[in-house]
Amino acid sequence: MTKTTIAALALAALAGTATAQTKVGMITTLSGGGASLGVDTRDGFMLAIEQSGRDDVDVVIEDDERAPDRAVQIADRMIQSERVDVLTGIVWSNLAMAVVPSATAQGKVYLSTNAAPAQLAGRMCHPNYFAVSYQNDNLHEAAGAWANQAGYSDTFVMAPNYPAGRDGLTGFKRFYEGELAGEIYTDLGQTDYAAEIAEIRASDADSVFFFLPGGMGISFLKQYSDAGVDLPLVGPAFSFDQGILQATGEAALGVRNTSQWSPDLDNPANRDFVAAFEEAHGRLPSLYAAQGYDTANLLLSALDRAEVSDAEAFRAALAEADFDSVRGDFSFASNQHPIQDIYVREVVEEDGVFTNRIVGTALEDRANAYLDACDMQ
Amino acid sequence: MSAALIAEQILNGLQSGMMLFLMAAGLTLVFGVMGLINLAHGSLYMVGAFLAASAAAATGSFLVALAAAMAGAALAGAVVERVVIRRLYDRDHLDQVLATFALILIFSEGTRWVFGSFPLYLDVPDWLSGPVELPGGILYPRYRLALIGAGLAAAAGLGLLVTRTRLGMRIRAGKDDREMIAALGVDIGRLYTLVFALGAGLAGLAGALVGTIRSVQVGMGEPVLILAFVTIVIGGIGSIRGALVGALLVGLTDTLGGILLPRALALVTDPATARTTGAALASMAIYALMAGILVWRPTGLYGARPA
Repeated sequence: MTKTTIAALALAALAGTATAQTKVGMITTLSGGGASLGVDTRDGFMLAIEQSGRDDVDVVIEDDERAPDRAVQIADRMIQSERVDVLTGIVWSNLAMAVVPSATAQGKVYLSTNAAPAQLAGRMCHPNYFAVSYQNDNLHEAAGAWANQAGYSDTFVMAPNYPAGRDGLTGFKRFYEGELAGEIYTDLGQTDYAAEIAEIRASDADSVFFFLPGGMGISFLKQYSDAGVDLPLVGPAFSFDQGILQATGEAALGVRNTSQWSPDLDNPANRDFVAAFEEAHGRLPSLYAAQGYDTANLLLSALDRAEVSDAEAFRAALAEADFDSVRGDFSFASNQHPIQDIYVREVVEEDGVFTNRIVGTALEDRANAYLDACDMQ
Repeated sequence: MSAALIAEQILNGLQSGMMLFLMAAGLTLVFGVMGLINLAHGSLYMVGAFLAASAAAATGSFLVALAAAMAGAALAGAVVERVVIRRLYDRDHLDQVLATFALILIFSEGTRWVFGSFPLYLDVPDWLSGPVELPGGILYPRYRLALIGAGLAAAAGLGLLVTRTRLGMRIRAGKDDREMIAALGVDIGRLYTLVFALGAGLAGLAGALVGTIRSVQVGMGEPVLILAFVTIVIGGIGSIRGALVGALLVGLTDTLGGILLPRALALVTDPATARTTGAALASMAIYALMAGILVWRPTGLYGARPA
């Protein structure tokens, strides 16, 4: 390295410290199986930053490859050598559990764009941790509530045999009042559902609730529609999001799914967001893009009211949630998870593109089941 | 639990067994004839599925997609045999495992590089979609019935090839005594390439057939590969008939175990424990089957008995 470049670097470093920059570290999944989720989180987040026109927010983005050890490594580097003030972006709950507790313990603020496991809402809640998306159980709870509203009284429930799958069925049962026609735990990563579909057909169920994220849901939907079982399907939004729908195609048409956001949600912030996202990226935004967008806007609203260096004031500004959410009404509960409406959407085809339309509201002003377990009151 | 449900689950077991047979047949031929452990067999399955998905997207024809999958995977197999596998015949099994494991990584990253990380989609053709009504009022997907038929046809074809043709005679001879058939003037190098390409083509066909009802993605071959190894160990290494019987046993055990074990446990414990323990036990069932068969017949059902 020549002397001039060292001098230039030193100058650049000095210039960097001269203005009050806020540094944001985004750790998300940009390669491998779940890449479309991370890409949308990033694109939604960055759209809000660009729209604000602010130059005092630096965002560093890193790919966690969906591996917990990789995410921990990136978080350590971002905290120790890049000295970020705020961390965000993790899609998966197991990665969040590996990163969040240590980051918040080191005094960093973590804003969750998606993952919100029960532990972090309850016993391990922390003043520096805000979930902007939901609490993990919310969409399942809404599906249970919707099953009651739709008059289903004999639902067949199915989820993979891993923590989030078991939590999903627990969440569903928390609100569902009918009988269970059957309950199956499948293998995580299973791709053939012939045996389960035969069970569903043989049961006298009046509906099916399933939580099969990613590729599992695609396989199940294709096989279910081919098997000629015509019981109505209900599920959380994860298997019916914008990124996946084009792949499942007609097999998903008409399926009811629960979500706290939808592209057709009618409020000014959402109309602007959907139009701007489509113009910037040439595709409809997904739930993950909407969550990324809201997270960035929450952060910007807090920066308008307080400096990051004043931790107490900054946390209070975040807790105010004084921003225009694309979900409409939005506020934080005492454990810093959202209080929001959760809708029921239906998969439709519009101009050759598969997307979702709201058909009802499953839960109004829903917070979460872990308020009492969290000692922040 | 009705008779129709049991019949449907038996059909499901047969169908998954038939697809497993297509994988296991190639694996057992290569292991039996050349003494080679080929971990990259699952990669050829994946190559078949990706080729079928792109051929179907380009031409819209399912049959063209199947032909492309078989031919493409066979060609990939022949090239791999000439370039890499050929050097491994005289090495011990550990070297073969290392080299073919490297091939898995190369195939996976290469596929990711060409096709991207997002899963591709292959659709069931219109003439095979929807359910059919079988005697007894069982509704069963037409496509899965076609898979059972395709597996049976492949098994019959392979059986004829091995027992009735000159190539089959050489394959059997090569399995028993490779020095002798080389001394008799058979071009053993060419024979090995042919056998490897045949196995690869069958794996590619299985990938295309199964990819149609599941998703086509990088890494789809490895879970199937493990089951295929279990199958050939049960059936006896090198035996096509063993591969068929083993595949059907594994398919039926896997499917029926997942259904019957949780129900059986529900008779003795509470339903929640029965469901989770039953699911766990069901995933062990095929390994228990393998262990049981090996205790009874250490070389597998149709394996050569030690003299």
